[in-house]
Amino acid sequence: MNGTSAFSFLLKPLVRAAFALFLVVSCSPAFAQEHEQLAGSNEVHGEEHAKKEFKAGELIMEHIGDSHDWHIVGHTHLPLPVILKTPGGWEFFSSSHLAHGEHYSGKYGTYALTEKNKMMVVDAAGSADELATKAIIDFSLTKNAMTLLLCVTLMCVIFIGMARGYAKRGIAGPKGLASFLEPIIVFVRDDIAKNSIGEKHHMRFVPYLLTLFFFIWFLNLIGLIPIFPFGANVTGNIVTPLVLSTVTFLLVTLVAKWPYWRHMLAMPGIPIPVLIILTPIEIMGHFIRPFTLLIRLFANIMAGHIVLLVFFCLIFIFSKNGDSLIGGFATSPFALAFTIFINCLELLVAALQAYVFTLLTSIYIGTAVAEPHHDHH
Amino acid sequence: MSLVTPDIGLLFWMCISFGIVVFLLGKYAWKPILSSVKQRESSIEDALNEAKKMRDDMAKMSASNEEIMRQARAERETLLKDARDIRDKEISEAKTRAKAEADAMLGRAREDIRNEKNAAITEMKNQVAELSIQVAERILKDKLGDAAAQKALVDKVMTEADMRKS
Repeated sequence: MNGTSAFSFLLKPLVRAAFALFLVVSCSPAFAQEHEQLAGSNEVHGEEHAKKEFKAGELIMEHIGDSHDWHIVGHTHLPLPVILKTPGGWEFFSSSHLAHGEHYSGKYGTYALTEKNKMMVVDAAGSADELATKAIIDFSLTKNAMTLLLCVTLMCVIFIGMARGYAKRGIAGPKGLASFLEPIIVFVRDDIAKNSIGEKHHMRFVPYLLTLFFFIWFLNLIGLIPIFPFGANVTGNIVTPLVLSTVTFLLVTLVAKWPYWRHMLAMPGIPIPVLIILTPIEIMGHFIRPFTLLIRLFANIMAGHIVLLVFFCLIFIFSKNGDSLIGGFATSPFALAFTIFINCLELLVAALQAYVFTLLTSIYIGTAVAEPHHDHH
Repeated sequence: MSLVTPDIGLLFWMCISFGIVVFLLGKYAWKPILSSVKQRESSIEDALNEAKKMRDDMAKMSASNEEIMRQARAERETLLKDARDIRDKEISEAKTRAKAEADAMLGRAREDIRNEKNAAITEMKNQVAELSIQVAERILKDKLGDAAAQKALVDKVMTEADMRKS
């Protein structure tokens, strides 16, 4: 390979990444407008409901949490399907019936949303019925669930399309989006899977690791794009890391070979008194390792979203929610600059966390499938 | 606390979505993509190996060319040497032959000369003898023309013969 082609090979993804960065950053003012409108609407509602105070904490929690409808812009919300399993049977209705704290009477009960956007059953008097609420299971296609479906569709379209392109072009070099994604795929295969699992077994796990990497990365990126239909904080929701790390845990447990269990239960060459201490630690380690994956991804992404929103809310805190224009204008440039900075940082974190999760998963798999002769050095 | 309490509904959708994406991409995306990437890599590797082999072959071929050239040159040398030898031999043979011929001719010439010389000498001897006889005849005719002279000669001879007897 000569110098220039190696250079363009490196440059192309960089240019694309820079473009993506620009795109996201340029969206941030849109984010700002959206929030100003939101804050404005809060003010309108505030006048209606006896001057409600601006509470940054509530706004942030609302943004990083899940919701039953999808805010598009201003007062426009996309209603989402509500699916409830009640003791009587299944309930299907649109979330538009529950907007602005309204109650909806279905076939088997009357429902409303709590302040934290949770489904609750209300009794005839209009107050929460805790016993009945505990009996229902909410399978609604919430904002996060819809984002998940969107991400799945996006991934299928991109990668199956890419595979089609490969089938058509044969062994010719990648073109278009594939030329950006192929180095990443090769990176996951060689630098993540092959390095940590080993030459012999790694190809068995590469498809799963690739899916894992792109799933986390795409969801992270989707969470960072503030305009509809993106912006849902899916990887920062406990459910995503929980499921992903559970799969890692199950995978490691299922593929683990005898040397792994032997090392866990009784490490060879260690005296018995030490083993009494070591074995419980090793057994705990088997569970703790996937758990650290969960915490790492969850905390990083959630914290990123919170920091991003905190800098943002500074504008509304200093402007006393519209009462002090000077405060608002004085803070805005700094708050925006910080938001943009954090946004760039989060773009990095989005890829980094996907990489770390995938890398650690493959390292755990690597220790589980290691051959006996690799253990003693 | 609600932050770390997993939502059952979302958990359900997450399992479904992730399951679907793992299955679909594993079957319809990663397998073909990875296999074509692998194919491309191996074809590049093959091409490189092929090129290397070709280069080696070329080097070998040029080495063998060199060898052939060297052999040809050596052969030419021997051929030339042989030709030179043959020529030299032929020349020397011719020389020998010519020398022998010349010698023979010289021998013959010498013989002839000797014979001629002998013949000439013989002839000369005969002529001299004849001339001597003629001279003697003339002298005799002149000297012994009268009887006194003949008587003197006979006396002289007789005295000489007597002197020789005594």
